[in-house]
Amino acid sequence: MQALLHQVFSGLATGGIYASMALALVMIYRSTHHVNFAQGELAMFSTYLAWILLQTGFPYWVAFLVTLAVSFAIGVMIERLVVRPVENQPVLVVVIVFIGLLVIINSLAGWFFGYTPKVFPSPFADHAWYANTYLSSHEVGMIAVTLLLLVMIFSFFRFTSLGLAMRATAQNPLSSRLVGVRVGRMLAIGWGLAAVVGAVAGMMAAPVVYLDPNMMSGILLYAFAGALMGGIDNPWGAVMGGFIVGVLENLAGAYVVGTELKLSVALVIIVGVLVVRPLGMFGGRGASRV
Amino acid sequence: MTVILELRQVSAAYGLIPVLRSIDLVVGRGEITALLGANGAGKTTIMRAICQIMVKTTGEIRFAGERIDSKATEDIVRLGVAHVPDGRGTFVGLTVEENLRMGSYTRHDRDGVANDLVLVCEYFPRLRERWRQQAGTLSGGEQQMLAIARALMLRPKLLLLDEPSFGLAPIVVKDIFGILHAINKHEGISMLLVEQNARMALSIAARAYVIEIGEIVLAGSAAQIGAEEAVRRVYLGY
Amino acid sequence: MNVGDRLGLSGGSPTAGQSAIWRIGAPLLVLVLASFLPVLVTGYVLFQFTLVVIYAIALLGLNILTGYNGQISLGHGAFYAIGAYTVAILLDKTSVPYWLAIPIAAAVCLLAGFLFGIPALRLQGLYLALATFALAVAIPQLLKFHGVEAWTGGVQGITVSRTQPPSNLPIDPDQWLYILSLGIAVLMFAIGWNFLRGPPGRTIMAIRDHPIAAAALGIHVARYKAITFGISAMYTGVAGALGALAAQFVSPDSFSFFLSISLLVGVVVGGLASLSGAIFGAMFIVYIPNLADEISKAAPWAIYGAVLIGCMYAMPRGIAGLLQAIKRWLLMSRRSPQGSPQGPGRR
Repeated sequence: MQALLHQVFSGLATGGIYASMALALVMIYRSTHHVNFAQGELAMFSTYLAWILLQTGFPYWVAFLVTLAVSFAIGVMIERLVVRPVENQPVLVVVIVFIGLLVIINSLAGWFFGYTPKVFPSPFADHAWYANTYLSSHEVGMIAVTLLLLVMIFSFFRFTSLGLAMRATAQNPLSSRLVGVRVGRMLAIGWGLAAVVGAVAGMMAAPVVYLDPNMMSGILLYAFAGALMGGIDNPWGAVMGGFIVGVLENLAGAYVVGTELKLSVALVIIVGVLVVRPLGMFGGRGASRV
Repeated sequence: MTVILELRQVSAAYGLIPVLRSIDLVVGRGEITALLGANGAGKTTIMRAICQIMVKTTGEIRFAGERIDSKATEDIVRLGVAHVPDGRGTFVGLTVEENLRMGSYTRHDRDGVANDLVLVCEYFPRLRERWRQQAGTLSGGEQQMLAIARALMLRPKLLLLDEPSFGLAPIVVKDIFGILHAINKHEGISMLLVEQNARMALSIAARAYVIEIGEIVLAGSAAQIGAEEAVRRVYLGY
Repeated sequence: MNVGDRLGLSGGSPTAGQSAIWRIGAPLLVLVLASFLPVLVTGYVLFQFTLVVIYAIALLGLNILTGYNGQISLGHGAFYAIGAYTVAILLDKTSVPYWLAIPIAAAVCLLAGFLFGIPALRLQGLYLALATFALAVAIPQLLKFHGVEAWTGGVQGITVSRTQPPSNLPIDPDQWLYILSLGIAVLMFAIGWNFLRGPPGRTIMAIRDHPIAAAALGIHVARYKAITFGISAMYTGVAGALGALAAQFVSPDSFSFFLSISLLVGVVVGGLASLSGAIFGAMFIVYIPNLADEISKAAPWAIYGAVLIGCMYAMPRGIAGLLQAIKRWLLMSRRSPQGSPQGPGRR
C-alpha cells in the first residue's frame, strides 16, 4: 500500500509539470484556436534565460520575474513576426509553421547553450515544513504553483473582459472586429501569456528533469495528451488531465509494463478515453448548426 | 435632412471581380434607409465596404462627415457604426450575456452599460430567459435578436443590418421589424437596412434604394419606391 | 467551416482543369526520364533517388488520408515501420522471397490501418492528431520491447540481405532496387489516380468537405473513412517495405516520431490533395535536410525549420499548389484583360 501511494504521489508530482504545460497549451488554444507544438521549446528557452540570469548572480525571484517579462515579449514577437503571416491559412499550414518554429528554437538552444544537462535550482528550500515522505518540498511547491496558475488562468478567462475578448477573438475574429476588438492585439497577448505560463512550467520542471535542449519534448507530449483528455479549451480539465496522465504513467511503469512501454501504455489509455469521450472528459459539448 | 452616412462613387471588387459600380448612397440621421435588391446584386458588399471587410473599395465613404474608407474595421466600429452581418455573427460558443458584454467591449461607462443591458432586455425579453445559455443553442430568431441587441450595446449612431429576416418565420420577422422601428423611434439610431423582403423593409423605412447588379437603379422615399411599377412587379409580387 | 476549408482544399479532382497534353504527357515524360536515371548516376546519388521514389509512395498514402479525406495523421511513420519490419522479419525468419514479402507487407498494413481507422472514427482534428501521434510514439517502444525481441531483434534490429536483381538482367543491385521501386511506384500511382478521380475519390472528398451532407446522401461515412485509413496505411506500408530493402536494415530508432513529422511536412510542402505533391514532397524531405546540413553544421535544423516556415509563407498550398497557381495565372493573362470569368456569388 505504501508503495502504491508512493507511486501515486510521485505521479502527481510529475503530473504537476504536465498540468502546467497543459495550461500553456490551453492558454494558446483559448486565445487563438491553435495548438502550439513549439510551446515546449519556448518554455525550455525561457528556462535557459532564467539560468543565465541566475549564473550572473541575480537572486531567484528577480531572475524568475525578469524571465516572465522577457518571455511575454518573446511570445508577442513570435506571434507578430512568425504566426501573423499565416494566421488565416488552413490549419495544417499553421501546424507546419509551428513544427518549423519548434525545430529552430531547439536547434538554436543547442547551439547557444550546448547539450550537457545543467542543474537548475528550486525556489523551495530542501527540507521545508511541507515536505513529507511522499513528496519533496519542490514537488509540493510545484503542485501548489500549478494550482495557483490554474486559478489565475481560469479567473482571467471567466471574469475579466480582456479574457472574454480573447475567447471571442479565437472563436470568431470577424465578429470580434465588428464589436471593436483589435484582433491582432488579442492574439499577441494570448501568445505572450502562454509564453509566460510555459516559462513557469519550465522553471518548475528543470530542477527535476535537468535543463537541456530536449527536456520538454516528452513533457509536451504528455501535456498535450493531458490537455486533450481534459478538454483542450478547459483549464480545469487540462490540469486534471495532466495530473491523471502523470499518475497513469507512473503506475503503468511500476506495475504494468516497466519503463520500456510506459509511454505507449499511457498514451493508449488516453486514446481510449478519447474514443469514449471524443471531446475529452470535461470538454464542452459544442452545438453546431448544420 | 442631415446625413450620417454618405457613399460617393464607391466601387468595390473582390480581387479582380468587380461587384459595385459607382454607388452613390446617403443615410439620413435618425432615419431608416432601406436597400433592396435580389441575390447577388451587391447589397452585402455595400455593407462590407462601409466596414472595410474583405473588399477593396474606391471612392469616398463618409460617416458623420469623416472619411472612413481607409480605416480598419475595428476603428470604424469604434466611431459608432454597428454592423449586424448576414448570418448573424453571434459568438456561438459564448453565452447570451457574454455576447452582449462583447457588444459593449469598447465602452468604459460601467453604469451606461448596465442600463443598456436592461434596455435591450426590454426590447428583447426572450434574451433574459436565455441569459446563461450558449448562443449556439438559440433558435434562428433568437440569434437574430441577440445579434441586434449586441449591436445596440455599442450605443451606435448607425446600425447596419444585413438581411435580418433571412431564414426566419414571418411572424418572427414581423416581431423583429416592429422592434427595429421602435428602436429607431425611441433611441434615434440611424439604420441602413439591407433586405430581400421588400415589403417589410419599406414598411418601416423612410427612404429606399434599389440595387441591381452592382448599380443603384432607383432612389427615393419609401412610399415612392413602394409605388414604383417595376418594384411592385419584381420585388413585391403584384 | 468544414474540414476541407480548414485544410485549404475545395473539391479538386487530382487533375481537374488540365488539358490532355498536361495530364498524360507530363507524367509520361517524367517517367521516361526517371527510367533512364540508373544509367546516369550510381552509388549514393542513385540511393537518394530511390528514397525519393519510396517516400513518394508513402506521401501518396498519407495524402489520400489527409489531403483527400481530411483525416489528419501524425503517425504514419508507424505504418511505414510495420511495412518495413514485416519484410525484414519475413526475409530473416522465413524463406519467403522479397517479391512476395512486399505484397504481404501491403496486406498487413491494409489491415492494420483499417483496424486503427475504426476507433479513429470517433476522433476529429486535434484529437485524431494526438491518437495517431500516440501510435507513432508507441511503435518504436513496442519494437524494442523484450517480449517480442525474438521476432523484432529488439534494439539492434534486423539486417536485411541485399536484394539481388533477376539473374538475366545486366544491372547491379542498386539499380535493380531503383527500378523495382519505380515500377511499384508507377503501379501504385496509377491505381491511386484511378481511384481518386472516380466515384470513390469523389466520395472521400465529399466526406472531407461536408460529412453531414455526405451522410445525408446515404454515404456510409464510417466505412469509407476506415477503408481510406487502411488504403493509406497500405501505401505507406509498401513504401516502408521498399525502404527496408533499400536500407538493408531496420531498427526501432529508424522509425521514431520524427519520421511521422517528416511525412506530414512532405505532404503539406508538396501539396495536399495532389498526386504530384507527393513527388515534390518526397524530394523536399530527402534533399532539404542535407542542404541544411551543408549550410550550417552548427544548427542545421534551424535552417530546416526556417526553410519550412519560408515555404509556408511563400506557398501555403505547397509546391503543387504554387505550380497550379502559376499555370492558372498564365492561362488568365492569355485571355483578354476585360473578360474576367464570373466570380462566386456576390451580393
